[in-house]
Amino acid sequence: MLKLEHLCKTFNAGTVNEKIALADLNLHLKEGEFLTVIGGNGAGKSTMLNAVAGTFPVDDGKILIDGNDVTHMPEHKRAAFIGRVFQDPMMGTAPTMQIDENLALAARRGQRRGLKWGISREEKEQYFEKLKELGLGLEDRMSAKAGLLSGGQRQALTLLMASLRKPKLLLLDEHTAALDPATAAKVLEISDRIVQENHLTCMMITHNMRDAITHGDRLIMMNEGKIILDIAGEEKKKLTKRELLDRFAALAGTQEETDSVLLS
Amino acid sequence: MFFTSLLNSLPGAIAQGLIWGIMAIGVYLTFRILDVADLTVDGTLAAGGATAVMLIRAGVDHRLALLIAFAAGLLCGLITGLLHTRCGIPAILAGILTQLALYSVNLRIMGSKANQALSVDKYKLTLSQRFVRELSLRNPLFLLMLLSVIVIGVLYWFFGTEKGSSIRATGANPAMARAQGIDTNANVVLGLMLSNGLVAFSGALLAQYQGSADVNMGRGGIVIGLAAVIIGEVIFGKVFINFALKLLAVAIGAIIYYIVLQLVLQLGLNTNDLKLLTSLVVALFLAVPYWQSRIRPRRAKEAKAGEGGRAC
Repeated sequence: MLKLEHLCKTFNAGTVNEKIALADLNLHLKEGEFLTVIGGNGAGKSTMLNAVAGTFPVDDGKILIDGNDVTHMPEHKRAAFIGRVFQDPMMGTAPTMQIDENLALAARRGQRRGLKWGISREEKEQYFEKLKELGLGLEDRMSAKAGLLSGGQRQALTLLMASLRKPKLLLLDEHTAALDPATAAKVLEISDRIVQENHLTCMMITHNMRDAITHGDRLIMMNEGKIILDIAGEEKKKLTKRELLDRFAALAGTQEETDSVLLS
Repeated sequence: MFFTSLLNSLPGAIAQGLIWGIMAIGVYLTFRILDVADLTVDGTLAAGGATAVMLIRAGVDHRLALLIAFAAGLLCGLITGLLHTRCGIPAILAGILTQLALYSVNLRIMGSKANQALSVDKYKLTLSQRFVRELSLRNPLFLLMLLSVIVIGVLYWFFGTEKGSSIRATGANPAMARAQGIDTNANVVLGLMLSNGLVAFSGALLAQYQGSADVNMGRGGIVIGLAAVIIGEVIFGKVFINFALKLLAVAIGAIIYYIVLQLVLQLGLNTNDLKLLTSLVVALFLAVPYWQSRIRPRRAKEAKAGEGGRAC
């Protein structure tokens, strides 16, 4: 479904702030796979996701989604294949637009937008049902502005928006990091359900090792722009946090890096 | 004496307000919907006036001249839009560049003259100041009200469509818009074109109304437009939630602006000080929400801490 071949990205090349974010990264994601991504600060996790989404061009390498080479495709065109939820709850919705309007925008992802009315009656009924499934009471507030919602509600709404038109790939960029633990658990539960119900291929970055172990069916760990650990199947199911830390220490080496993963 | 002269000047003030109201709606599209301060409009207004006057003088039908002026405005917006999105120039600077360039272009349009007259005695016009106190269908107030309603109606429809919604999303949250597959650059260009088209249309009406086009007729236009937007929001912001009503508030804001203007002129304010006064008023009204936002969050935080809990 997703193929990353020899991806390279350096920020501020040639300056004192030069930062190699992706160093010859390779990854192959099969259809229906749910990948969790962990790694310390600056390991390149978000850079990888943003490179796939097309937020910036990569320096070298290839990105293929379902066989389509999207390496040079602008962000808004790639969006036809990709659903996204951001770390910052403010980023995923248009705050001055109504909840149902936000959903209607998302329902037209990858479609031509013409002079038809922006939202239909049938759509509204459909959104009512979908919002009800979230269990947050948003179905009764469909004409409220998205800006009035709490962080958790917004992330849930963004998740729904990302899955409304089934994406080939769902990108979750630490989408629970800004939430309190109870809300984060709820949003993760919704994420799991949406991925399973729609059989989505998904990449989820998380800072929480336990979440990375308990969610998804494959786990990678990144360090210095490379994948240093890749665990799937039965092995992942049996994985413990302790074991993960030990393996990371053995691979990445220094105590400082282990701490950065542990503490973050 | 004071009241009779004020009353006498009222129809003219309302007519001017209606004309500038269309311009202000254009400013609203960029300033509030696209979240871009577009300074092109000062030049666009004059471009619209110049285009219409020269076309009518050349024998073109006044209605066609209005449409061509609108198209000229689209072009002005296109240039600013391309400078901004394709050349990476900040929106404000892109607008200033186009505005400055338009000064020369407008002089060219007007045959290298700073002013071109258009007498209602010689040409058939859409509207004229001369009939503003007349009780007949020639009175420009009827036509201007009708035009304002049409403009608001068309914009209400357009911004409710899929395309229009995507423009609103572009202004509200560009990152989200791109993630939903919206070409934000194209939408910014389209929004700027639409806005400038309306401004040029307003300029074409204004030139006919006052019977001349002047290369400086748009100077400070952006500030008058902003004044109308802000007056409308301050007075009707709480009650006019619907988009069409918000646009109506802008149009009424422009009328109020011109009535107040007449009032202070009647009270003896020097005309030369008008632009200073307008700037001060707009600056003040832009500053107040900012000051409020600096005080309110603190209070809100305290209130939240007092409740001792947080909502999901």
